[in-house]
Amino acid sequence: MPGTISEKILARASARPRVTPGEVVEAKVDIALSHESARLAIRAFRELGVKKVWDRRKIVQLFDHRVPAECEETASVHQMIREFVREQKLENFYDLNEGVCHQVLPEMGHVRPGQLIVGTDSHTTTHGAFGAFATGIGATEMAAVWATGELWLKVPESIMIRTHGRLKKGVSAKDLAIYLAGMLGAEGADYKAVEYRGKAITQMSIGSRMTLCNMAMEMGAKAAIMEPDRKTFAFLKGRAKGRLLPVKADKGARYEFDILVDIDHLEPMVACPHSVANMVKATDVEGTEIQQAVLGSCTNGRLEDLEAAARVLKRKKVHRGVRLIVVPASREVYLDALRTGLGGARAGGRVESILEILVRAGALVENPGCGPCLGAHQGVLAPGESCISTTNRNFRGRMGSSEANIYLASPATVAASAL
Amino acid sequence: MDMKGAGWILRGRALVLGDDINTDLIIAGRYCKGADPKELARHVFESLDGKLAARIRKGDIIVAGRNFGCGSSREQAPLALKAAGVGAIAAESFARIFFRNALNIGLPVLAIPHVRKKIKEGERVTVDIGKGELAVPRTGHRRAGRPLPPFLLEMLEDGGLVPHLRRRLKRDGKI
Repeated sequence: MPGTISEKILARASARPRVTPGEVVEAKVDIALSHESARLAIRAFRELGVKKVWDRRKIVQLFDHRVPAECEETASVHQMIREFVREQKLENFYDLNEGVCHQVLPEMGHVRPGQLIVGTDSHTTTHGAFGAFATGIGATEMAAVWATGELWLKVPESIMIRTHGRLKKGVSAKDLAIYLAGMLGAEGADYKAVEYRGKAITQMSIGSRMTLCNMAMEMGAKAAIMEPDRKTFAFLKGRAKGRLLPVKADKGARYEFDILVDIDHLEPMVACPHSVANMVKATDVEGTEIQQAVLGSCTNGRLEDLEAAARVLKRKKVHRGVRLIVVPASREVYLDALRTGLGGARAGGRVESILEILVRAGALVENPGCGPCLGAHQGVLAPGESCISTTNRNFRGRMGSSEANIYLASPATVAASAL
Repeated sequence: MDMKGAGWILRGRALVLGDDINTDLIIAGRYCKGADPKELARHVFESLDGKLAARIRKGDIIVAGRNFGCGSSREQAPLALKAAGVGAIAAESFARIFFRNALNIGLPVLAIPHVRKKIKEGERVTVDIGKGELAVPRTGHRRAGRPLPPFLLEMLEDGGLVPHLRRRLKRDGKI
């Protein structure tokens, strides 16, 4: 019986020859990811009364939501989690030194095609870009995973999103992601595993694929998956250890529905307050006054995103009334942006690095982490303010005041808006 | 107590909400550092309606539209609702992570199509957890959705994932 990528991964994870959508399976977890959310997971783990985690090599723990600690309570949370890490001798602990969890996970080689990855973060779907089945769970669920190494999962229906054509110059994966969220709606992919296919997908960089799979969450997706290819293996080379066992969909696999999206004419898109599905063309909201612009996050905090912004901002200045906040998604991205100029040129001498371009333009560069995305710190909004951001959510009140407005867009659009 | 199909019924006032009630509306990120129930209860729904938290009474039943709980995986969302006294949530549909988190902390959730039809704000309703049904005693009006599968009802009956799993681990001699 032919299976979709998700069906095949869940079959392998539950030691079954095949599984069908709708059935509930007990699946073994390959990687369990958490950040400050571990606080509640540890509490539940203690209540369970289990002494040791099931496999200390399969847990990845770091801090990214509030780094460095913005108040005493957070500092205590970090401290408590560090103690747990020490007690359990967890092998993959990055503290606050590396950056956003969804960027660090693949960089450190913890994402592999064909795996089942769970994380206490909804944007865990990002890792489907590498051909893994990756999904978000809550803290109590994670405690159960830590205790047993498995969880029940209802096999999702798979849906296919096929692209036709190619992205125009200046149009990026983020624009496509916003377009899809607008077309399908905030629950258009609810409980489904989205599979992406098409020439444009193959032509996308790994970073852009991550952006698409990350944003699938905003359509309610359980998972978002792409078939691994040459680019996937090239990225993982030297990072992921051991043999990689990619999973491809079988010919004749059944998808609940199959959409063909023509992207030849796709233009830069913007998601307006207060829903990701509230999409318009960027030109429709041109001229809207903003006070803050954010470039960063698990959605668009990679080198290609910083570079896209640097191209727009080179030799220009951020508007006097705008705060442009740049948050590289990881230490690796930060270093690359320090050392690389536009077009991959080595920075030095007359060649300005990407970060230099951004700083000279007037950007505020912050340490790798989630930064202002969730309104915790590093760029909170006042009542009446508007922000355009490369992050993934614009719910009312998310970045601070409930009387503030958040627009979501691509790095190029955000950079252009900051001028 | 054998609940499957039998009598786990909750009674309360209907707190009627719309579609796409997301996790940032339920509890803003800035309150999600920890999970002190009193703090969470105080700030529940703040970005939606600043006065709503004070109006919620113990046992209230949320009757909502589509995609309830969409957004983040933060467990503080169902925790805040439970802490505020919400007894159960009947919505037309739920976002999956929220749905699962609610069950895990022992907060009953029921997906019932068209559940908001003919329900007045504040009206007394009853929810039959085992049957997956909401009823309005005043009018006799009833709406049913697909009931939760037995293994999830069992977990809810135990009070959530932790007590349920503890029972299983003890039985298996693992703790």
